[in-house]
Amino acid sequence: MSQSDWAYLSNDLIYVALALYALSFLSYTYETAFSLRANKISGDKHLDRSITTKSRKVASIVFLLATASLTLAVIARGISAERIPLGNMYEYSITGAMTFALAYLIIGLKFDLSWLGLPSSILILLILGSAITLLYRPSAPLVPALQSSWLVIHVSSAILSGGIFLLSNTVAGAYLWLDRIERKGERSEFAKRLPSLESLDQLSYRLVAFVFPLWTFAVISGAIWAEAAWGRYWGWDPKETWAFITWILYASYLHARVTAGWKGRKAAWLCLIAGSSYLLNYVYINVWGSGRHTYSGL
Amino acid sequence: MSAPELGTTSLLRYLWRQLTSMRTALILLLLLGIASIPGSIFPQRTQSPLKVREYFDDDPNGAKWLDRFYLFDVYGSPWFSAIYLLLFISLVGCVLPRSFHYFKEIFKAPPEAPSLLNTMEGFQLSPASLERAEAWLKKNRFRISKTSDSIAAEKGYLRETGNLLFHLSLIVVLLGIAGSSVFGMRGEAIVNVGERFINTPTNYDNLTPGRFFSLGSLPTFTIRVNNFSATYDRKTTQALDYELKVTTKDSLDSSEVNQIVKVNKPLTFGSTRVYLQANGYSPLVTVRDSAGLVKFEGPVPFLPQDSNLSSIGAIKVPDMDPQIGFVSSFFPTAARDEVRGGFSSFPELLDPRLLLSVWKGDLKMDDGVPQSIYRIDTTDMERIGLWALSIGESYSFEVGSITFNGVVPWVNLQVVRDPGKQYALIGSILAIAGLLISLFIRQRRIWVREVGGNLEIAGLALNKLPGLEDEIGKMIQELGDQK
Repeated sequence: MSQSDWAYLSNDLIYVALALYALSFLSYTYETAFSLRANKISGDKHLDRSITTKSRKVASIVFLLATASLTLAVIARGISAERIPLGNMYEYSITGAMTFALAYLIIGLKFDLSWLGLPSSILILLILGSAITLLYRPSAPLVPALQSSWLVIHVSSAILSGGIFLLSNTVAGAYLWLDRIERKGERSEFAKRLPSLESLDQLSYRLVAFVFPLWTFAVISGAIWAEAAWGRYWGWDPKETWAFITWILYASYLHARVTAGWKGRKAAWLCLIAGSSYLLNYVYINVWGSGRHTYSGL
Repeated sequence: MSAPELGTTSLLRYLWRQLTSMRTALILLLLLGIASIPGSIFPQRTQSPLKVREYFDDDPNGAKWLDRFYLFDVYGSPWFSAIYLLLFISLVGCVLPRSFHYFKEIFKAPPEAPSLLNTMEGFQLSPASLERAEAWLKKNRFRISKTSDSIAAEKGYLRETGNLLFHLSLIVVLLGIAGSSVFGMRGEAIVNVGERFINTPTNYDNLTPGRFFSLGSLPTFTIRVNNFSATYDRKTTQALDYELKVTTKDSLDSSEVNQIVKVNKPLTFGSTRVYLQANGYSPLVTVRDSAGLVKFEGPVPFLPQDSNLSSIGAIKVPDMDPQIGFVSSFFPTAARDEVRGGFSSFPELLDPRLLLSVWKGDLKMDDGVPQSIYRIDTTDMERIGLWALSIGESYSFEVGSITFNGVVPWVNLQVVRDPGKQYALIGSILAIAGLLISLFIRQRRIWVREVGGNLEIAGLALNKLPGLEDEIGKMIQELGDQK
């Protein structure tokens, strides 16, 4: 197969993944809607997830297939360009979506995350959809500044951290939503499918604690690379500045939890703010920002 | 009656205690994050001086106000420095006493069992004996202290070590950064292909030494630029590769070495490194007066304006009477359209063209005011001609002629001495190690108390990591039913 064949294959696989994630999203919606059963006499609704076991199973199998297709698409993209597929924002986006999906699946082996399937499939659809429509660039070689083995180390650790930050943000968001419901009274039947507030709080903390050293490493490896390519390891480039801010916010989050004993609502808000600074850095600085991290054509 | 005065010493002590509290350190940390935001919103002098100048042109009044608050020099501003210096002091004041405290703590026995064990984590009962529990805890390398009816055990002391290692390493990183800016230097020089760069202060286009860097200590290396080749994608005009071939000498009398420099492969001379930062073209021109005498000859570096290397430049000939200046543009691959007029459509030399407007009058080079080498102040001058030249062509004007002989590429070499970077790197690596230790080592206590023939067992996960309940479950199982 020629290089352009691989590039076409990668694009086709992205479309397949999009279709499968959409299907998985629909199954999750079906599951969410129909697991509520109305009592025929009183009209009260109650949660009975046993009736939708099948649609839940379909949804997660389709999600798995979609992720497999996405992973193959990323690999094919890499083969077509003869390098790691992290050369422009389209490639960051598909690789980032892949790490998010893989993190969801792997962590799902240990904790029951099926309640997160619906928001996760929406998020991935949004990332992939905007990647293929707005950010798409044909497969091409790297600009000289990116021709370094640090590309693999720096960018993949940053993307992997981003995928897991996004996951912890989703969990923290779910926490805040449930917390509002519980403060008003009892959980609605609809919300009963989600785990307890306590375990959501713990899960989002664990995700951050797990990935914070990796994010630290991403920043430091970026500094080492900048020293080799640009002659300084730290220059307050907008991207560097925001990576620093994200680091500080997550450091404060961990501190607040471990030493000041923050948990629950306050901690979830701080987690969301820190995660938003990562997203802002990713989207804003790449698209509208200036500085040395913007390469021609995104 | 007067209120008791607060003595100066106690006031200072109070301030010191406030500054070095964990709360203050956290607030300062968050403040440092917030303080660095404006630097990503407003253009910074250190990174894009041109954009700062545009800001001043567009809105002089607003820019003046922004400048008063150092918003174009955020990271060198007094208020930013104040925050990080305070953070630094706070960190030192917080971490060092903690280290001493910790070293005393490390030899202490774990605190005695609380009176009500059933309120603690993982509370369970076991029929085993106290001796067996002690043996189990010892076998699992817990540190223990005993009373007649209870045992207190603790494990995972390394976590606090990791925590301290992390914070101490941050101090090392900050010292490294400070060392770089004080003892280091950086400078830039444009060198045409075929020329030689000798590392002395006069050969730099700009040079920023650190406060304690003496210019006399510049290492005496030389770099001869032999060849520079840039390849570009024919379709997208994207750069594919830059390769610079040089011959270097570590000092005036050492032997010559041939080396290749790339964007990610700088040259190294001891603690000084030389980076390939930018490239452009220098048209080679000869200027003659009306008698045919050569008044100027050589390459003139032009400043690229876009990715296709459309460049602007100035050729100044002060030795002619009247003085002559050429305000010029250079296009490596000349093209023309209605909107842009002349421009370059490709960065390689496919159809090079030199556009000139000839000015006569006073170049103002004797005023002593530093001038841009790319621009001419034409306020006191008169335009006497306008022409475009291909290689080999000449143009005659009122008082002489100019010949466009050819083009050589130039490279911008960035010379950096950064003596603190090793410390910053070592500090960073240790910081990650410390972080991993402090986040992933479980520090926990287990208490055992004999109550009515049975053992009450419970614990405390000091850093809230999961696994304590499983551990106590395993302990109960392994202790079994025997006394």
